[in-house]
Amino acid sequence: MTQANAALPAGLLDTETIRKDFPLLDRTVHDGKQLVYLDNAASSQKPRQVLDAMNDYYERHHANVHRGVHVLAEEATALYEGARDKVAAFINAPSRDEVVFTKNASESLNLVANMLGWADEPYRVDAGTDIVITEMEHHSNIVPWQFLAQRTGATLKWFGLTDDGRLDLSNIDEVITERTKVVSFVLVSNVLGTVNPYEEIVRRAQQVGALVVIDASQAAPHMPLDVQALQADFVAFTGHKMCGPTGIGVLWGRQELLEDLPPFLGGGEMIETVTMSASTYAPAPHKFEAGTPPIAQAVGLGAAVDYLAGIGMERIAAHEHAITRYALDRLSTVPDLRIIGPVSGEDRGATISFTLADIHPHDVGQVLDEQGIAVRVGHHCARPVCLRYGIPATTRASFYLYSTPAEVDALVAGLEYVRGFFG
Amino acid sequence: MYQDVILDHYKHPHGRGLRDGDAEVHHVNPTCGDEITLRVRYEGDVVADVSYDGQGCSISQASASVLNELLVGKELAAARDIQETFLTLMQSRGQVVPDDAMEEVLEDAVAFAGVSKYPARVKCALLSWMAWKDATAQALGESAAKEKL
Repeated sequence: MTQANAALPAGLLDTETIRKDFPLLDRTVHDGKQLVYLDNAASSQKPRQVLDAMNDYYERHHANVHRGVHVLAEEATALYEGARDKVAAFINAPSRDEVVFTKNASESLNLVANMLGWADEPYRVDAGTDIVITEMEHHSNIVPWQFLAQRTGATLKWFGLTDDGRLDLSNIDEVITERTKVVSFVLVSNVLGTVNPYEEIVRRAQQVGALVVIDASQAAPHMPLDVQALQADFVAFTGHKMCGPTGIGVLWGRQELLEDLPPFLGGGEMIETVTMSASTYAPAPHKFEAGTPPIAQAVGLGAAVDYLAGIGMERIAAHEHAITRYALDRLSTVPDLRIIGPVSGEDRGATISFTLADIHPHDVGQVLDEQGIAVRVGHHCARPVCLRYGIPATTRASFYLYSTPAEVDALVAGLEYVRGFFG
Repeated sequence: MYQDVILDHYKHPHGRGLRDGDAEVHHVNPTCGDEITLRVRYEGDVVADVSYDGQGCSISQASASVLNELLVGKELAAARDIQETFLTLMQSRGQVVPDDAMEEVLEDAVAFAGVSKYPARVKCALLSWMAWKDATAQALGESAAKEKL
């Protein structure tokens, strides 16, 4: 199936072995067509190791955590807190207490925005201060900041994009100023695939004393993530894009900030003492984890980071880089295909958005689906990106550690068929 | 799903472009970004014109073309009957097989029967029809139709 004129890139993983871990990748759709799953930026599939860990938890160890003295309560607590240890190690957190479990990256980002709205000085965001984001954010890193701006009277500002899909930082000193209280940006774009130059943004934010929030939802699954190297104050990501289950996300925050900032959700587990008139709060991370947490989901995420670390994030990144270069190369042969985002493999993740002639992405996606190829179509919860490039929507193919060159070839053949169908 | 009738309307749309009207609405399908601006003009009880402009997938665009072809020149009661019949068909999840009576009412619009099996695409097919219903309500001074799709 591989084209002779497009040599296979170096650095690929042994996908034949890896794919055996993912039962779903074996299935067929639409009367026996082999599934080609290229919607990994939306959600990844799950290896058997994750499914087994969650099953084992429910079959043998389930009870509520952090309370009760019976065996199951202790085992469940050990598994839940053990998952926190695993995640902390995976992102090189200085302390396990800096890892807050949430339900997804959206909740993590909403949590930070709410903390800053309720915070005392020097963190408080209010009238006369600025919030800075970028035009390539997922809606989950736009809307919470719009809420915060509307509710506090703060001003929302953002970096624009260049024609080739990069952040336009040429006016960084005017966008991030002494008024700026917080800068929140995506490390890897879920539409364009761009890997952003975080050092420059972090340096400028630190100059003016602004907090830095990084949305790492499309980074954590695909490359080594070192929260200390990023020098951010908060890092958010979600479990289901990195081989884990849905319903579990992470907010990493610097310890002193988690200690100083106020809680957002109140309830069980987040308290120290409660009287009818007032309460004091548990130390972080529990201060931010009100109510019974997603225990099985945390256990699943722990198994997922074990799985990813077992293969090695450097190797996964190299594999995806190779696949992405191959895909960019092959897609460039499809007439009337326009890539929305960087066309070279440099500083680029394994997500490729494109338009095909003037065929609407919904139609592209539907006809690909009929051939068993799953892609995402639409504005990918990042509508401002589509507006910026003057398009209503894109078709997006996104790869992961189990993606193969043959799947890229299937996509290219599928797109040729789509062109013929609507041509 | 992609019947020849649908592809034909998509490639050669009827009545596309905005002309004078008594009311104008703008509807969007947020899941995929389909958009339509639609105007209606009435002469007494008769649908004198339905003009529209927008962007979107073949299903949404073809559906607007079929709507124009079917409704222009009809009396309001007949037009509403067509709209309601089309809505019933599209909400049938592929369970309704159009019979002769339905085909007589819907004409080219029966080609969309297959679309009703794809929940993600039903809204594409209904976009222009809900816009027409809304615009008609406004043109006739009724309160805006708020029914959920």
